[in-house]
Amino acid sequence: MASKPRTLYDKIWDDHVVETRDDGTAIIYIDRHLVHEVTSPQAFEALRLAGRSVRRPELTLAVPDHNLPTTARRDAAGSKVPIEDPQSAAQLAALERNAPDFGIRYIGDADAEQGIVHVVGPEQGFSLPGTTIVCGDSHTASHGGLGALAFGIGTSEVEHVLATQTLLLQRSKSMEVRVDGELGPGVTAKDLILHIIGVIGAAGGTGHVIEYRGRVFEEMSVEQRLTVCNMSIEAGARAGLIAPDETVFRYLKGRPMSPKGAAWDHAVAYWNTLRTDEGAQFDKSVTIDAADVAPTVTWGTSPEDVLPITGTVPSPDSFADPSKQAAAAKSLDYMGLTPGTPMTEIAIENVFIGSCTNSRIEDLRDAAKVLKGRKKADNVRWAIVVPGSGLVKRQAEEEGLDRIFTDAGFEWREPGCSACLGMNPDKVPAGERCASTSNRNFVGRQGPGARTHLVSPAMAAAAAVAGKLTDVRELTE
Amino acid sequence: MDPISQVEGRAIPFGAKNVDTDIIIPAKWLKTISREGLGEGAFESIRASEDNVFDDPAYKGAPILIAGDNFGCGSSREHAAWAILDLGIRAVIAPSYSDIFSGNAVKNGILPVVLPQEVIDRLMEVARDGHEITVDLENQTVTTPFQDRFTFEIDPFRKHCLLGGLDEVSLTLESSDAISTFEDRRSSAQAWVAAGTNI
Repeated sequence: MASKPRTLYDKIWDDHVVETRDDGTAIIYIDRHLVHEVTSPQAFEALRLAGRSVRRPELTLAVPDHNLPTTARRDAAGSKVPIEDPQSAAQLAALERNAPDFGIRYIGDADAEQGIVHVVGPEQGFSLPGTTIVCGDSHTASHGGLGALAFGIGTSEVEHVLATQTLLLQRSKSMEVRVDGELGPGVTAKDLILHIIGVIGAAGGTGHVIEYRGRVFEEMSVEQRLTVCNMSIEAGARAGLIAPDETVFRYLKGRPMSPKGAAWDHAVAYWNTLRTDEGAQFDKSVTIDAADVAPTVTWGTSPEDVLPITGTVPSPDSFADPSKQAAAAKSLDYMGLTPGTPMTEIAIENVFIGSCTNSRIEDLRDAAKVLKGRKKADNVRWAIVVPGSGLVKRQAEEEGLDRIFTDAGFEWREPGCSACLGMNPDKVPAGERCASTSNRNFVGRQGPGARTHLVSPAMAAAAAVAGKLTDVRELTE
Repeated sequence: MDPISQVEGRAIPFGAKNVDTDIIIPAKWLKTISREGLGEGAFESIRASEDNVFDDPAYKGAPILIAGDNFGCGSSREHAAWAILDLGIRAVIAPSYSDIFSGNAVKNGILPVVLPQEVIDRLMEVARDGHEITVDLENQTVTTPFQDRFTFEIDPFRKHCLLGGLDEVSLTLESSDAISTFEDRRSSAQAWVAAGTNI
């Protein structure tokens, strides 16, 4: 009997079902669990209170990232610089204590491998194709770029995974996002995902797992795929997937926690089966022509508020939906923008290159290419580059990228989440504008009153040079 | 968590669309290592303006929140659910929620009711006029003092957990043997996955 054609999501799901209940809820086995300091303390505390242990400590990896200041961690004498904010210090100390207490491997701020969990997981080979990966962080979707079913969870679920190595889940619907054609010059993975979010909307993927399909994704590097999948959650989808292939295998081979020897061959044989079967049905399908994608920027306070850099600030009347009209008017007010203004006339005071979306080596290379031999404009008050991990930082320094950044007037920082989310000292002041390679342009996300424009690393670099949002193609052609 | 069967009382007519969890509880409040006391930071940027619904005495202590499409989108922070609970809210009514938020809500004894926009519009009107609303989980209905009766769907497992105030970890631990069987099978078939950080 020929079995029914299955999607990649179906295959990973089916391989992780421990038990299905009568009501359709399944116990799904979790292969990889990443833990950071913000969403885990209450989970560890609950385990202690209930007298429970961690079922499989070797399947969890703990790394601090959200609270860590990105300024120097050692002083001139080599001693640890204390963290000023007592609450941040307490939260970081809790993780440093909880990890060994429960037998979990901890990569701390003093380790060269420390970084943003979603950069560290793939980099260490901890995140693998075909695995289920969770973390108390919605950008866990990133790891789908390796062909893993990866999604963010709440703290109660963190506790559930620690105690049982499983989650109780309902099967999601599936959504295909197919991109045909080729991306034009100056158009990156970040521009593409911003464009996709604009097409399907901030809630378009709710209840779905997205599979990104088409040659554009097949030709992407792993770093670019991680960028695309990272922002699936901004389209409402808890997870995004790209089928694993030779590009992924080459990326993973030899990484510290990747399979070795004969196990590697077994793994690759299995990973090669992880693709959507011919004829498999998706619950929803969206097709996008790559030629329609320009360098893309956000104008509002939802990641669906996107425009090509060649566009003008929209008028609220231009939206058909009355609730969207009201939301647009509020967004424009918060953003301090007037309808009809060309996007390229919006001056910026801050530039942030970093975050789990765009802090990998390729992102830094993209930005450095634009900045080489140039300087940030005088009106750009604050420009920082925050590598996604200590290893990315080291690699960039070996390539001399740090010098390009500092010569251009950027600060070269230590790894962490930084100005993506206003939890550590890196914040954008109220009323000021930031060209940011992060993932969320929400009200107050980069600090109370901060105005965020989401862009690619190359576009952030171009904005720094011009002192305003700029079409990077004009600087590179 | 406290079991929940019926929520009755005033409702906060909030109604905004795409409200993200950064709005529900900004990042600076996430530095806590406790689940308590987050109500103080709930909806901080909205409450910064004087005429906001959350501080309107008419809705003081209201156990129901009426919200717009895609409520709780963005960050997975469960602090959003803890903050709402700390405000005394036990039921939210909206046309849709982010997947992560609705899961977090249920795990904390908050009932996320899904009803279409036209019903939301009607309930906003009732709430603004200061009338009480009743959410009945057992019968899956929302009613007003004016003969309005709306039925809603909810996943049976979520309903079961909410009605019983059940702890999912305890439920899953009842299946420990099945988990062990799964692990045994995997550690022989895919030892490289089972090794984790021990490689």
